[in-house]
Amino acid sequence: MYVAVKGGEQAIANAHRWLADRRRGDRDRPELEVAQIGDQLRLAVDRVMSEASLYDPELAALAFKQASGDLTEAVFLLRAYRTTLPRLAVSEPLDTANMRIERRISATYKDIPGGQILGPTYDYTHRLLDFLQLAGAEVPPAETRDDVTDAEPCPPILELLNDEGLVEQEVDDGREPSDITRDPPDYPMERAARLQMLARGDEGYLLALGYSTQRGYGRNHPFAGEIRLGQVEVEIHVDEWDETICVGEIALSECQMINQFGGSREAAPQFTRGYGLAFGHNERKTMAMALVDRALRAEELGEPISGPAQQAEFVLAHADSVDASGFVSHLKLPHYVDFQSELDLLRRLRREHATRQAELDSARDTAGPQQEER
Amino acid sequence: MSRTSRGARQRLLALSSRQHIEAHWGALGALPDHRCVRGPETGMAMLKGRTGGTGNAFHLGEMTLTRASVVLDDGTLGHGWVCGRDHRHAELIALADAVAQLAEWQETLETRVLAPLAAELAERQRRDAATAAATRVDFFTLVRGE
Repeated sequence: MYVAVKGGEQAIANAHRWLADRRRGDRDRPELEVAQIGDQLRLAVDRVMSEASLYDPELAALAFKQASGDLTEAVFLLRAYRTTLPRLAVSEPLDTANMRIERRISATYKDIPGGQILGPTYDYTHRLLDFLQLAGAEVPPAETRDDVTDAEPCPPILELLNDEGLVEQEVDDGREPSDITRDPPDYPMERAARLQMLARGDEGYLLALGYSTQRGYGRNHPFAGEIRLGQVEVEIHVDEWDETICVGEIALSECQMINQFGGSREAAPQFTRGYGLAFGHNERKTMAMALVDRALRAEELGEPISGPAQQAEFVLAHADSVDASGFVSHLKLPHYVDFQSELDLLRRLRREHATRQAELDSARDTAGPQQEER
Repeated sequence: MSRTSRGARQRLLALSSRQHIEAHWGALGALPDHRCVRGPETGMAMLKGRTGGTGNAFHLGEMTLTRASVVLDDGTLGHGWVCGRDHRHAELIALADAVAQLAEWQETLETRVLAPLAAELAERQRRDAATAAATRVDFFTLVRGE
């Protein structure tokens, strides 16, 4: 039975007004501009885009501002906006080999064509609070190396290893991937659909699961074969010209994880792989994604499924923060009638329990002494 | 002056910011009148990645995309696409596409708009590469013993 509950309109309106007031903060200070967030809090913006599954830095910055910095709420806002837009095109597969590199490192090979490029990284910082930033110190511009006239090509490192056949190859067999935004997920799920779900998955969740594989719950001996961050051109095919055209470029992060061997009676042992790809600068996310992608290949690679990170349905069904926070948050909705029926049930159970107890007690009172006499 | 192909022009204008395009657009002078016959409208493009960078395609996520089609007074059609939600940007690309089809405009468009934008894009990308190159590690080996 549904019972309509009405009321609270004024309270809700005032609550939202207070929220807006809180968000605005001290009126003596200038209001935070969306452009400033896009510029100065870009890692938050990248995370919002990645988990909302919509690349638009300005809207992600707006969502972040509107959510007062609550990333999960910002992801929800941007994901909701996504549903208002028609799909105009499907891109050609992004060519990460032709990325304009901002960062590119390998933990498996020191000397690589194109070199190890650190980019704007937090690695090697001392994790000491920088009180100069509290004092508003001037920041010098980035250093440049102007003897470099053109970027040296940075070929994908795993392709270099392929010469000896030491690493499994990823070859396109031309299969059209399913799309979880159009086709409801179905288990067991193909790898393409898994990657789509992982790409929008919550970073903290994937990080924890990836970490769990390192601690032994489905160990797969990973090495960061290559991590690259930078700009990749987006190409779509347009019917008007019957041509593939570039419509701009986007920032991407990619992680190629190399893992310990697979092989069979027929196939020689070789390194296996896990893959991570995400919008913006999202290095930790792509590393976690690659670990979990590899863990989810356990069945395909004939490994025992012993850890939570290897259980596809468990991992994938709980990865999306919009789903998760939605279902957890719904507990705040009025459950007055539900709860009332539980109360009635509980009272009845307790009455029955009390009656049974009383019967037992009286039976013991009469039977007990007789037993003692025997 | 060699003509920029339609695809190369679309790419150049999509990779240039609207502000950069508008900074040069005025040099074209009075353009033929045009009207939009489609859009400008914003929707999304679903972006595909490849498993492991080279393997089977998968759907990564979507991005905002804006497209516009314009028609000039004489009936010439032009189309433009650009990532993001900037209607004017898409309209300018479509307009450039239409104008580029008119012989009398080609040279002005090439020299006043496309050439400077191409130079700016190349310079911006060179600067990005030089900034990244400054963070490239030069390894050295410590020699121990004799």
